[in-house]
Amino acid sequence: MIDFDDLVAAISALQRSDLEAWIHEEMVVPRQEAGALLFTEMECARVRLICTLHYELEIDVDTLPVVLSLVDQLYEARQKLRTMTAAVTAQDKSVQAAIIAAIRPDGGSSEAGKS
Amino acid sequence: MKDPYETLGVKRTATEKEIKEAFKKLARKFHPDLHPGDKEAEGKFKDAAGAHDLLKDKEKRRRFDAGEIDASGAERPRERFYRDFADSPPHAAQDGFANNEELEEFLARAFAGEGPRAQRTFRARGQDVSYVLPVGFLDVANGATRTITLPDGRALKVTIPEGAEDRQTLRLKEQGMPGFGGGPAGDAYVELHVEPHPYFRRKDGNIHVEVPVTLKEAVLGARIKVPTIGGPVTMTIPEGSNSGTTLRVRDRGIRNRKSGQRGHQFISLKVVLPAAEDPELIAFLKTWRPKTEQDLRKEMLS
Repeated sequence: MIDFDDLVAAISALQRSDLEAWIHEEMVVPRQEAGALLFTEMECARVRLICTLHYELEIDVDTLPVVLSLVDQLYEARQKLRTMTAAVTAQDKSVQAAIIAAIRPDGGSSEAGKS
Repeated sequence: MKDPYETLGVKRTATEKEIKEAFKKLARKFHPDLHPGDKEAEGKFKDAAGAHDLLKDKEKRRRFDAGEIDASGAERPRERFYRDFADSPPHAAQDGFANNEELEEFLARAFAGEGPRAQRTFRARGQDVSYVLPVGFLDVANGATRTITLPDGRALKVTIPEGAEDRQTLRLKEQGMPGFGGGPAGDAYVELHVEPHPYFRRKDGNIHVEVPVTLKEAVLGARIKVPTIGGPVTMTIPEGSNSGTTLRVRDRGIRNRKSGQRGHQFISLKVVLPAAEDPELIAFLKTWRPKTEQDLRKEMLS
């Protein structure tokens, strides 16, 4: 966990006022403790991502929330997919094969035949 | 480590702006945080970022160009991307899945046949391009090949079909801008602008031309040489041919591409008096009494 000033110092391209604006827009959500803003490693990585999008890829400040929202949705969907996949892989092999057969466009005939 | 210019796909003479633009394009395509779970994208992004780090620094670029340093200085230290956190399995450790591979493998089996994202998403046909090609009258009449040089330095051979029309557009398949991600190139469209000819005029498949003849040739008849689109031919002027008489030279027009049949050439005669003064002709005409008196302007004046 590092605080606001350390983060600004750690990323050379990052402008103090930009980070303030991003926090205000809730693109980044640091933890508040005793009046200080603290960033987890994950939040730091998110700030670096926003820096890349904004400073290097020149994505407009008005477009940033759209991009971030889509990125968040992508990760959320992947999390759900993982959770479900974990549940599936915990099942018996024959159940897994049946699920694969139902997913695959060709009917997964070769998989289904094995079980 | 690959050549950084090659990695970014720019020329060695590229400006700073071109280098930045090239990097931006690749970064947009391959930024790992926009491609969770895609190892290939991460590799490509790292190469591009490394190449960009080297080339954006004037001093480093100069030293690389001079051969003082190699591209290995361009490799980036391992960066912790957002996806390393956001894309970590929620309960992986607790559930006994020490790594994601088992899950990924199941997903790969379930969705086999759906290729990696990057390739599919960014496969696109190249842009079409259009050009205007001025061509000579005879090139179109007889067919020809021309070479045009494209802005990117490529030479493009254009076959002008025999009998092509003015403003006709030729489509050259996949000769346009290159495609993305293995997509096909766009098409090139070439519009023909036919330049007028000093003597020949075209009307559909036929050629019209005005041919001057002397007074003597017109009155007495003659064998004369006339131009055609395929070269000169000899023809007979019948006795007593007047100005405006139209003669036909068969099958000397433009070949119809569908039927293979050629059009004709129509020759309009124009009687021309001797350029220099001719005392004998003058003396003859002074004493000449035509057998039939003609009143040529009667109709116009009535």
